[in-house]
Amino acid sequence: MNNTLNVTTAGDRELVVVREFDAPRNLVWRAMNKPDLLKRWLTGPPGWEMTVCEDDAREGGSFRWEWSGPDAAKLVMTGVYQEYLPPDRCVRTERFEMVGGPPMGEQLATLELVETAGRTKLTVRIAFPSPEARAGAMASGMTEGMAAGYDGLEALLATLPA
Amino acid sequence: MATARLDATFMALADPTRRAILARLAAGEATVMELVAPFKLSQPAISKHLKVLERAGLISRGRDKQKRPCRIEVAALAEADAWLEGYRKLWEANFDRLDDLLAEMKREGERP
Repeated sequence: MNNTLNVTTAGDRELVVVREFDAPRNLVWRAMNKPDLLKRWLTGPPGWEMTVCEDDAREGGSFRWEWSGPDAAKLVMTGVYQEYLPPDRCVRTERFEMVGGPPMGEQLATLELVETAGRTKLTVRIAFPSPEARAGAMASGMTEGMAAGYDGLEALLATLPA
Repeated sequence: MATARLDATFMALADPTRRAILARLAAGEATVMELVAPFKLSQPAISKHLKVLERAGLISRGRDKQKRPCRIEVAALAEADAWLEGYRKLWEANFDRLDDLLAEMKREGERP
């Protein structure tokens, strides 16, 4: 069983996140798409909670998710579904905004679920508008699930003297 | 580390030439002219990359006015790496909660 979170870069502006779950695809899809279920796990850092999950989940439909944290901090993610194909694929635009902070660029996220023997592999591909946007998003901590192992950084660190 | 500084660090690291320069400097300090040769870039181009790296705190420049050798600043790189690790942990926590929820859903069986 391998439920390790795997984050890699692809090309100069994509991030790819892979995670397996010990559940069939239809359950994973529901947990990732039903607002009341999403709110239970996609809470963010300690002290934060998902407070708004408006989701018009269909091709062309838009969504608005909000998280609230300490000191009235608020993070908003909005976007539009370009494809919505339960139970295994969706493509959507995503735009993050930290309330009071600068607006951020729009990214395109492709989520796919593949079931094998009762287990499900989630693959999320995030395409940023530019390499700089990818770097900026990673630095700002606003990318979806992008606990990013930075392309080249680890290799670089390995070459450094202790 | 302040967010602005971390932004600058990741922006600096986004460029493959700058990462290559850092990799070269990891092997020891070098002057601008010593960096020009292997990278096949003009001196102004190299200098521009070095300015970005210096602003991000990833390198420092010596005081020798003629040569101003560049050296890598390991601390800034380590901070960036530590930040990434923290962020990875945050998402692992999200997905761990999802694991728990899925286990509960399996126990309860399919519900419409």
